[in-house]
Amino acid sequence: MEFMDQIFVNLKSTVLTLAGGFLPPWAVILLCAAISLGVIAVIGPVTMMYLTLIERKVLARMQNRIGPNRTGPWGLLQPLADGIKMLTKEDIVPKNADRIVHLVAPILIVIPALLVFAVIPFGKNMIPADLSVGVLYFLSISSTTTIAIFSASWASRNKYSLLGGMRAVAQMISYEIPMVLSVVPILLVTQSLSTGAIVRAQGAYGGWGWFVFTPWGFAAFITFFLCAVAECNRSPFDLPEAESEIVAGFHTEYSGMKFALFYMAEFMNAFTLSALAATLFLGGWQGPWLPSWAWFFIKTYALIFIMLWFRGTLPRFRVDQMMNLAWKFLLPLSLINILVAGFWHFANPPLAIGGSIAMLWASGWIFTRLNRDYTPEKRTYLFGE
Amino acid sequence: MFFGSGVIKGMLVTLKAFAASYFRGPDKGGIFTVQYPEQRLAEKENFRNFPFLVYDKTPDNLRCVACDICAKECPPKCITIVREFDKDNKPLKRPAVFSIDHTVCMNCGICEEACPFDAIFMDHNFEIASTDRQGDLLLQKEALLKSNDYFNKIRPTDASAIDAKRAEAEAKKKAAEQAAAAKAAAAAAAPKLAAAAADKPAVPTEPPKTV
Ligand code: SF4
Ligand code: SF4
Repeated sequence: MEFMDQIFVNLKSTVLTLAGGFLPPWAVILLCAAISLGVIAVIGPVTMMYLTLIERKVLARMQNRIGPNRTGPWGLLQPLADGIKMLTKEDIVPKNADRIVHLVAPILIVIPALLVFAVIPFGKNMIPADLSVGVLYFLSISSTTTIAIFSASWASRNKYSLLGGMRAVAQMISYEIPMVLSVVPILLVTQSLSTGAIVRAQGAYGGWGWFVFTPWGFAAFITFFLCAVAECNRSPFDLPEAESEIVAGFHTEYSGMKFALFYMAEFMNAFTLSALAATLFLGGWQGPWLPSWAWFFIKTYALIFIMLWFRGTLPRFRVDQMMNLAWKFLLPLSLINILVAGFWHFANPPLAIGGSIAMLWASGWIFTRLNRDYTPEKRTYLFGE
Repeated sequence: MFFGSGVIKGMLVTLKAFAASYFRGPDKGGIFTVQYPEQRLAEKENFRNFPFLVYDKTPDNLRCVACDICAKECPPKCITIVREFDKDNKPLKRPAVFSIDHTVCMNCGICEEACPFDAIFMDHNFEIASTDRQGDLLLQKEALLKSNDYFNKIRPTDASAIDAKRAEAEAKKKAAEQAAAAKAAAAAAAPKLAAAAADKPAVPTEPPKTV
């Protein structure tokens, strides 16, 4: 059990010890970083490739289909075939496009998606870089995606791209705020920004002290997860690439591998945001019986499954509905939630539980009441009759 | 109902479909996909596409008489027929060339309806994909000819009805022939008899004197 838990950590330290026999100390440090980097550089794209397959399979099953099953057993080679297809496709750049920005944008979007892997605790002692500002690092790096998306849409010189880009900017900026605010209660309670410390703080009750089991944690989890879905432009928040309205949104003018890079960034963002949600609210690698990394991947993939499930079920929001949800519901709720977390921290347990549930329920009820669209009982047509 | 209950209801529908796809049969909400090249649905007898020519027993014995009716009726004009001639340039009741362009044929079945000689019928063959347009899709007489047994196999109801009809017609024809033959024989015999009858009184009454 302990052996399985630490198998990857031990593997790495064995390699480093062996290398330490004939390498100078600075080279060993470099090698240590290179191993972590290499693992991330492999995990990122591989995750993305197989997420596309999982997505197609899960969606197919929800629609009474089978999904890809011809390339290899259960279609397992499908991502490779798609990759080859993407690589060999013609790269088309519009005549009036800004060629340099058009080329740089897809590269720019992948970098933050890969960078944020650095602070994700994949298991006990398995965090590539346990920064003391891990959560802040994650949120700030992942928010730069907006720039890449907007430069892609601007450089394409296409009105659909531009509309998609503007929607993306509006959406990402709107959802960033409730997302960051929903993390604040966690930071208040754990008094740390480090992802490793946040996971360790959830280790109570034999690995079951997850924050999602507290009232404020639950509300924050819902807020965070909805914002995460919106941040990676996934359905039902896929307005920036709404194919039924604006062709393909910001990547209308992209083809071949450049398009694949956007796809890759989207899926890696889905993975990292699910991983962060699992880290902050579902106890990260905490959990009984199984090795820590197994718990981490189970939780992350469960959240990804919920994202796919959303996509299989919900129709796309309208722009105003999407904005309303962020500004009129999630934002006030996450502000109230900070108050509730403080109340929970300072009140006595029975009062804390009852009081915070009551506060959250009441505010949720009030916000839904206030958010109701005004629909007149009966339309009166003045000149209709 | 509380806020968001519609979303939860919708999510449960898709979750049910997801679970059913693994654990339920095709008629109970599970997957009903047929994995085509490996699995096939049973062919329906009334399924029809692409015409073929029927022959009885041997391929020389084809029913088509090159009357050109089907070629005239065919809406997209994809049938080409050239009549066969013998050495003396006498037209024969059989086609020298009979070709159907499968790239043009629209599977309407009018040729089958129009043919007065029960010679052309719609087939069940739908796997005609090919990379050679002239060679594999412009079908010549040899490729179009299929036996009556094959026709009986793919469309037993129609084939047996047509066989019965043809047998009846054959029998009638034979009967008519026999009747005609009998009549002809009778007609041939009648003058003799009449002559005999005419001769008879003459013979005894007027015996040849010179013999
Ligand atoms: S099926 Fe219709 S289109 Fe095809 S050959 Fe017969 S008459 Fe022509
Ligand atoms: S297939 Fe029938 S209609 Fe067509 S030419 Fe032959 S006999 Fe005439």
